[in-house]
Amino acid sequence: MSEAVKEIPRKARPEFRNIHVTELSNYRLPPAGIVSILHRISGFLMFALLPVVLYLLQLSLRSEMSFAHFQGVFSHWFTKLVILALVWGYAQHFSSGVRHLFMDVHVAIEKDSARKTAKSVLVISIIVTGLVALKLFGAF
Amino acid sequence: MANNNNVGPKRLVVGAHYGLKDWLAQRVTAIVMVIYTVILLVSFLSGNNFTYEGWAGLFAQQWFKLFSLVSFLALFYHAWVGMRDIWMDYVKAVGLRLTLQIATVLWLIACAAWAVQILWSV
Repeated sequence: MSEAVKEIPRKARPEFRNIHVTELSNYRLPPAGIVSILHRISGFLMFALLPVVLYLLQLSLRSEMSFAHFQGVFSHWFTKLVILALVWGYAQHFSSGVRHLFMDVHVAIEKDSARKTAKSVLVISIIVTGLVALKLFGAF
Repeated sequence: MANNNNVGPKRLVVGAHYGLKDWLAQRVTAIVMVIYTVILLVSFLSGNNFTYEGWAGLFAQQWFKLFSLVSFLALFYHAWVGMRDIWMDYVKAVGLRLTLQIATVLWLIACAAWAVQILWSV
């Protein structure tokens, strides 16, 4: 394979590597960067909680008795917290995914508009999570 | 090829071209899930009370079973592409990475079978 590419002696190029884990705390990401890493974190979170989702769906559908059991499980505060984490993950992944789809068709790819949509994604997912939290913990 | 940074007009272009396929698959599966989410949310929020009859009645319809299954399969494919990206980016040891990737695929196949069982139990 190496014959296909001619060896040309040249100056050593500077190498740019990913930042190290220890540098994360003092590295300030722009809004688009925050949305990007949250897309990954929320995706992984939902993958990890997939068995919980399937188990709850199974309980809710199998029979009237399992539905009653589902309601019992659902009313526990810890289940509500897990559901809330899932809701945040879904809202975040959903809205930043829609942002991705728009960028694929060249909508809002300039720096300023991309920054605005990134901020909106963060705000939307927080608002959705907040509303569901109020509903789950009985504020309305 | 190692360490000679031949990037440019004389770069040796290689690749299995699965990047484009996965990119497209991720978009298509995402759109399927967006539509499913909207339909599920609308039918959930338009019902006034969350009862077993209403909930199971929705899933008892054949078209909704099939739509749910297609969306779940879309989810599993989508999750595979994303998880593969995560393992490729953060797990550098080849043996461990391959193990995690295989485990992910097998787990998602098991989840698909589970989803079929759940959907056709109503």
